[in-house]
This record gives sequence, C-alpha cells and structure tokens, in this order.
Amino acid sequence: MRVFKLIYMNALRHKLRTSLTILGIAVAIMAFGLLRTVVAAWYLGVNQAAPDRLITRSKNGITFTLPVAQKQAIERIPGVADLTYSAWFGGFYKDPKDFFPQIAVEGVHGLSLYPEFIVDSAALDAFDKEPNAAIVGKTTMDRFGWKIGDAVRLTGQIYPGDWDFVVRGVYTGRSEATDLSQFLFNFKYIDQRMQVEMPARAGQVGWWVIKIDDPAKAAAISAAVDKEFENSSDATLTETEAAFQQSFVAMAGTIVFSLQVISFLVIGVILLVAANTMAMTARERISEYAVLKTLGFNGKHILGLIAGESLLIACLGGVLGMIFLIPVLHGVGVALKAWFPAFIIDPKTYPQAAATAVLVGILAAVFPSWRAIRVSIVNGLRRIG
Amino acid sequence: MSLFLTYGLRNLFVRKLTTTMTVLGMGLVVFVFAAVLMLAHGLEETLVDTGSPDNAIVVRAAASAETVSIMSRDQAGVARTQPEVALKADGTPVATNELIVMVNLDKRKNGDAGNVIIRGTTPDIFVLRSGIKLTAGRMFTPGTSEIIAGKRAAENFKGCALGEHISSAMRDWNVVGVFDAGGTGFDSELWGDVEQIQQVFKRPIYSSVTLRLKDAAQFDALKKRLEADPRMTVDVKRERQFYTEQSQATATFIRVIGLLVSIIFAVGAVIGAMITMYASVSNRTVEIGTLRAIGFSRTRILGVFLIESVWLSILGWVVGVIAASAMSLVTVSTTNWDTFAELAFSFALSPRILIGSLVFSVVMGLVGGFLPAVRASRARIVESLREAA
Amino acid sequence: MAAPVVEVQNVSKQYHRDKVEIRVLSNLSLSIPEGGFVALMGPSGSGKTTLLNLIAGIDRPDSGQVIVAGTAVHSLGESQLAKWRTRHIGFIFQFYNLLPVLTAYGNVELPLLLTKLSSKERREHVETALNLVGLGDRMKHYPRQLSGGQEQRVAIARAIVTDPTVIVADEPTGDLDKQSATEILDLLGRLNTEFGKTIVMVTHDPRAAERAKVVRHLDKGELN
Repeated sequence: MRVFKLIYMNALRHKLRTSLTILGIAVAIMAFGLLRTVVAAWYLGVNQAAPDRLITRSKNGITFTLPVAQKQAIERIPGVADLTYSAWFGGFYKDPKDFFPQIAVEGVHGLSLYPEFIVDSAALDAFDKEPNAAIVGKTTMDRFGWKIGDAVRLTGQIYPGDWDFVVRGVYTGRSEATDLSQFLFNFKYIDQRMQVEMPARAGQVGWWVIKIDDPAKAAAISAAVDKEFENSSDATLTETEAAFQQSFVAMAGTIVFSLQVISFLVIGVILLVAANTMAMTARERISEYAVLKTLGFNGKHILGLIAGESLLIACLGGVLGMIFLIPVLHGVGVALKAWFPAFIIDPKTYPQAAATAVLVGILAAVFPSWRAIRVSIVNGLRRIG
Repeated sequence: MSLFLTYGLRNLFVRKLTTTMTVLGMGLVVFVFAAVLMLAHGLEETLVDTGSPDNAIVVRAAASAETVSIMSRDQAGVARTQPEVALKADGTPVATNELIVMVNLDKRKNGDAGNVIIRGTTPDIFVLRSGIKLTAGRMFTPGTSEIIAGKRAAENFKGCALGEHISSAMRDWNVVGVFDAGGTGFDSELWGDVEQIQQVFKRPIYSSVTLRLKDAAQFDALKKRLEADPRMTVDVKRERQFYTEQSQATATFIRVIGLLVSIIFAVGAVIGAMITMYASVSNRTVEIGTLRAIGFSRTRILGVFLIESVWLSILGWVVGVIAASAMSLVTVSTTNWDTFAELAFSFALSPRILIGSLVFSVVMGLVGGFLPAVRASRARIVESLREAA
Repeated sequence: MAAPVVEVQNVSKQYHRDKVEIRVLSNLSLSIPEGGFVALMGPSGSGKTTLLNLIAGIDRPDSGQVIVAGTAVHSLGESQLAKWRTRHIGFIFQFYNLLPVLTAYGNVELPLLLTKLSSKERREHVETALNLVGLGDRMKHYPRQLSGGQEQRVAIARAIVTDPTVIVADEPTGDLDKQSATEILDLLGRLNTEFGKTIVMVTHDPRAAERAKVVRHLDKGELN
C-alpha cells in the first residue's frame, strides 16, 4: 500500500504538469474514440441490413435501370416471399450541395418491406391516395424545417424538371441506428410523367428488393435470380442487403482507410506527450532514485515507481477522454448530419480506448525507467548539488 | 537581434530528448493537417486540370455532372453548329458529342467494386484535348467495340490494361490502347465510340457536347444565346469550371473531417508544448532572474519564451512537412461523390498548404507557449535569483 | 568628497514566510559617494543582500526612499525600472549566472541588446570589456569550458559593458578558490580606482572586505 501512496504522491508533485498530461491524453483518447466512431458510422448501414432482404440491381452499373417487367420472373423463383422495387431520384431541394437521399418506392407495399421505418396510419393513408405525397425521415425534416402539409419542390437531375411534393408524414426509426434522412415517395408519380416526356425511360426501376423466407438460402436465391436474366441486356447482380451496403462503403474505402490510419497516429501523439512528461519527471528525480538505491531498492522497484505513475496518469486521461467523448460525439454528429445518418459509439471503442491508455502508460515509462535504472548511484547523487 | 532568435533555439538543443518528443508530436499534427489539405487539393487540381480553358461544355440544365445529363441528338446538333465554335481545316466544328455510362468493375488491388466511366466519344477528342496522348496501342476503331483506357483506369481495374477486355451489356470490350491525360480525371476513364455505346447500352442520347471556342472571350455570347434558346434547356459552362465544381462535395468533406481531426490533434500537441515550456521555465528560474536583473523587461522575457516555443513549432512544421511531401508520391483512388465515379488522384502540395501549415504550427507554438511565458515574465526577480543557492 | 550616488533613507523591509513576519531592514540609511567602494558584511539573514537588491532596483522597500544616480528607484514602475537597471546597474552574482547556451561573447553582449547600439558598436564594447577582464582570447568559449574564476570575470565584463553608474556584487568570491578570488578582487579594485566605478559588494570574506574603501556591518536589519 505504501508504494501506491508513494506513486500517488509523486504524481501530485507537479500538479500542473500532471494535469496537463492527463488532459492531453484525454483529448487524444477522445480523438481516437471519435475516429473509431466515424469509421463505424460508415459501416452502420452494413450492420443494420436485414438478413432476409436481397437487393437486385443492374449488372452494368449503378446508373443503369431494370425493367419493371422482370417482376413476374423474380416472383416465380422459389424462396422469394415478397418483392418490391425502388428508384433513386437524385434531385435536390434549392441547393444541389445539400445532399439527402430521395427514393421512389412502390407505394404502401414498398414501405411494408421496411419494418424499421415507423409511419403512422394517417400518413400511410395519404401516401396511398395522393400521387405526390412524401414521407420524410425526421433528420431531413428538421434540417430543412419542413412540417407536415408543406409543399416541397425538388429539382430532378436524373428525372429532369421540377417536381412538386406534399409532405404527408414523418417516419421514425425502430432503432437508434436507423437512417432518418430519406425522402420517400411513390414511384408512380415519376413513372407517369416519364411515360409522357421520355417514354424510353418509363417502366424502369432502380433496383429490386426481395424478401426471402429463409436467410440461409440467400446465396442460392441470389444465384437463381441472376441466372434468370443472365443472357438479357438487363443482366442483374443480386446480393444481400449487407453486401449491397458494403459496396457503397467500399466506394469510400480510401477515406475510411485514411481515418483508420489517423486514429493510430493520434496514439503516437499521446505517447509522445506522456513519454515527455515521464522523461522530465524521471530526470528531475534521478538523485532521489539514487537515494532509493542506496537504501537497497533495485531496478525493478524504480521501474515500478515510474511505470506506476505513468499508468496512473494514462488511465486517468483515458477515463476523462471517454467522458469527453460523449458530448463531443453529439456535437460532431450534429455537424456531420448531412453525411452520416446516425452516429453512435461502437461498444468496442471502450475496450480499445482502455487498452490504448494502458499501452501508452507502459510505453511512456520504458525509456525514462531505463535511464533511471542505468544511472549509477554516484552519478545520481552528484546531481543533488 | 539575431541573438534573441537563436537563444531560444540553443536552449531547445540543450534538452534534446524533451525537444525531440515535443517536435515529433507537433510534426505528427502538422503532417495530418498538411496531408489532408494535400488530398483535397490533389482532388481539386485533378479535376480543374481536366478542363481546358478554351473549351466549353454543354449539359442539360441543372445537371451537376455528365452522368445525370441528357441531351437529344437535335440539341447536340444545335450546340455544335454555333458560330463561336472553332472549325477544323475541313470546315467541321471542333466538338465532340459524348455519352457517359458507368460500369461496375473490380479493382485489381482488393477486388472491391468501383464505378468506372465509359465515355462514348469520337476521335476528335484528341483535337479538343490536345494534352492527351496515346502511350501504348492505338486509337479505337469507330463502329467496333474497341476501347482505350486512361492510364490510371488501366492500372487500377481488372480487364482495363492493354490487350485485356471487360464485359458489359453482353459485349466484350477490347482495350486496344492506353492514354495519358496528365493526371487529370480522364486518366480514370475508358473511351470508346459514342455510336457503339449508344447502341449497345440502349441510350439513344448524349450526355454532353464539348466544344472548342474560336476565342475564349466569346464564351459569354455563346452561353447567353444557347441558354436562352427555347429548344435547348441546357447549361453552358467553361469546361474548367464544370469539372472544378465536381470536386466540391468530396473535397469539402475531406477538408471538414481533416480540419476537425487536426484541431483535436492540435490540442494534444499544444498541451505537449505547454508541458515542455513550463519545464523550460522552471528549469531556468535563475536565468530569468538574471536577465531581469540585467534590465530585461517582463515583455522581453515573455518574448524570449514565446520565441522558444515558436521555434519548437517551426521544427515541428519542418518535420511534418517533410513527411507530408513524401505523400505526394502516393496516388489514391476513391469515389467522387459528385459523379459517383471512381477517380484516381495524388496528394498535391502547394505553396498555400506550406504557408497554411506553417501558420497552423506557429499558432500551436504561440498558444502552447503563452501561459508558460506569462509565468516566466511574472517571476519575481529576488525569488528567482535565490533559487541559485 | 563627491556627491552621493546612492542614497538610502529610512528604509524598512519585511518578508512573509509562511505567515511569519520577518523584519529584514528597519529604518536604515546609507549614503555612498560617487567612486565609493562599500563592502556590506554581516551574518546570514542580517539583510545585506536585501539592501543590495534595493539599491539595484530589483526589490522595493516597504517604506523609506532609495535614490540612486538621482532617480527615486522605489517610485519607478516595472518597465521603467528595467530600463533604469540597464542604464545604471551592473550585476555580479555569487554563482556567476551566465547563460549556459551562450558563449562568453554572447553573455557579455546580452545587456547591450537592450540598447540602441549597432552590432559593430556592440562588438567594440564587448571586446573592450572582455579584454579588460583579461579574457580577450576566450570570447568563443561556453561557460562550461571556463573555470569558476574565468566565469566570474565574464560576469564582471557583462556587468561593466554598459558602463553602469553602480556595480552591485553579491558574494562575488563566495564560490571561488583563494587564487581566483584574489584575481576577482584585484579586478574590482581596478574598476574602482582606475575607472572610478562605484561598487557595492556584499561579502562574508574579510579579505574581500579589506579591498573596499568603507566596510559597513549589518546586524538584525540595522547598520552599525
């Protein structure tokens, strides 16, 4: 117990320096947690994907559409429990820079395949009856300050022209991780206008959403769907929703990778701050260590004293950092709303941050301890004068 | 005066270990800061240089990228026959009607899928974009499913190197040539015959018309007339500006994330500098007392320690910038969110980034050194001198 | 006798150490004429260093007046005081207090950086001062490359380079061996006799005190 008290008292000797070091480590641990959370946010869609949904899209690439006529052929495939389609609208509200996803769905039936979106029955009713009704996620509603009943005009890029909608409902999520940024409306609204203005593009959907009766059969059903259209000009690529989401994450692979690299660089910054403090401390106390040695303490004891103090500081910093993380994540989540639909701490972040703090505590003590142990008693004592 | 400047530096060299660790910490932060800006700058530079100053591009009104632009044959015909368009020796306009399609290809490196642009064009593209050279193989033959590949597309995607082929829309597209577009966005594209691509991909339309102006100054006249034409509903843009705009979403994202991260990192480095400077002040109490006794005012003592701290940050800047400039050898490839197509580009250093990171670093030094310097300047002379005994 | 250059009148000073009040100087007066060489002696804690600090303008009296070179030192503000010290006071410390990162030349040049002299003029002054203390050949040496006596001579050069009105020395021989101490005292004697410098020196050493024209003893904050 004495030893712990000595470590504790030593840490208090330079209150300012110790507090600054703890603060520095806290900031770095917080940055580490923040970066891990941003990376995790990217994979959120993958993790949230339903195991019983498949996505079928054009094998040619994301800008290619599929004919609605494929419906019957897919429905006939064994294991397909339900089927709907969606299309990417790709428009904007006032400013093209303010991105949010707009998706045309197959009316109320389309929504029914997404049980994670919670919509009240009045909204569903309007969605069914009014051709230009829209149901919008809460995040996007708040972002543009829309209220139920508002008329909203979007400018189409993929579907050219101005499109007028009326917001009839807000959807909320069944879990914290549900994407609340989507703007959903009825595919019929755009398709009817396409029939008049661009007949070649009518009856073309973006992708199929297939609900299967048994997730274990996902691979077999995917293969069966793709085989069906293999030799047509509308060849398909079917994969689980998770794999589909993963391919979007992969598109930003470089950026995710950079963030991962940076999250490790921040550990370097903490390590340098902590090691610097421990080096200074050990250097100042060289003569004390010499005195301890004359009393019969050996190198291990001194290592224990330095490493103990280093660990104490690093762990306090780690705990403080995790406490900082919560409000900071909230702030950053608000700032990055346009890019990340949801921003939640990955539970793995806590053990990772704790491990980082311990590691930093140990590493920071290595070099100063080595120096302190190596110095001969005579040399150490000489520094007293 | 130089003694004042070197004094701080000399003191740093006395405490080698502490100085090294602090400088490395600051260097790491400067590295992250500079590398992020270099990434965003590299992306912008790639796209800015994709356009030529004499060229104008005509796309459908409100289309922010060629991938979402649609123009009919008639509209394309009107655009290319405007009087401002430069003519070749045979009297035909220097213009290409182009169709962009995106295909899904696998990356050589990890097999991940990426979206690659196939640009349907005509051989005139080499007249319009004179900087682009075929470096291997030959030009595609119009009327066939031959394609040529930009050098980065050829490097990064399976099936895109000379002699290989990709399969799309029930066709095999043979790569018969590779071109070098000087690090611009075209280097990440595949080019083929526009008529073929219209047929095979069943898109009887164009995405855009790119044309060379007789005189760059006539752009405004052309823009005014075409955009007012009731048959058209198009936007006319300078090619450079058009491609520059396509870097905005991704570049902004990189900058926002990067600055956020850098600022948080900077807090760590500032605290590191603060610890070091506080130690420097407390180790040199007698020195401070002596200087005060000799007649140095409080402000000068403040200055002495701030200069020392700024030296730390300048050393950190040097370390960080050297490390960051090594990054300019690195080419990255990522999806450009303005077009959704894969784009390869390099980290690019610029004088602005050098100066910006220097300012960033010096500010870290000043902030980190300020409180310790204040403590030094507030020290009472008599008490400081007494520490000697 | 010449007019007094240092006038200490009815000065009192006390310190607080952990809530205990310690009276260091009580109602003390001292006058030193131009060209004077005064040694202040007395046991530890007698207040001799405090008196020296008051004369040098690095400490303030609680009451009374300190007039040096015609200036009421106790009434100057911090920054005026700093300027005043540059002009009028040359400091010599027991432990030399040279800056370890600067050469002998750099250390001596230090106070001149506070003046408006050009670098050429500074060079002349520094060289003159170092030659005077007999270290003209050691200009590029760092303090750690010099002996204690040499370090103290560099410190003396630093004290005289600005041609100050008064030189204050706090135990200038306290850390030196006998021979070095003699050299330093010879040097101080020359400064006083040849160059007419006014010197105030605190010392324990009776042999050092012998060199002074006047020796004053302090005891319990009072002169006798």
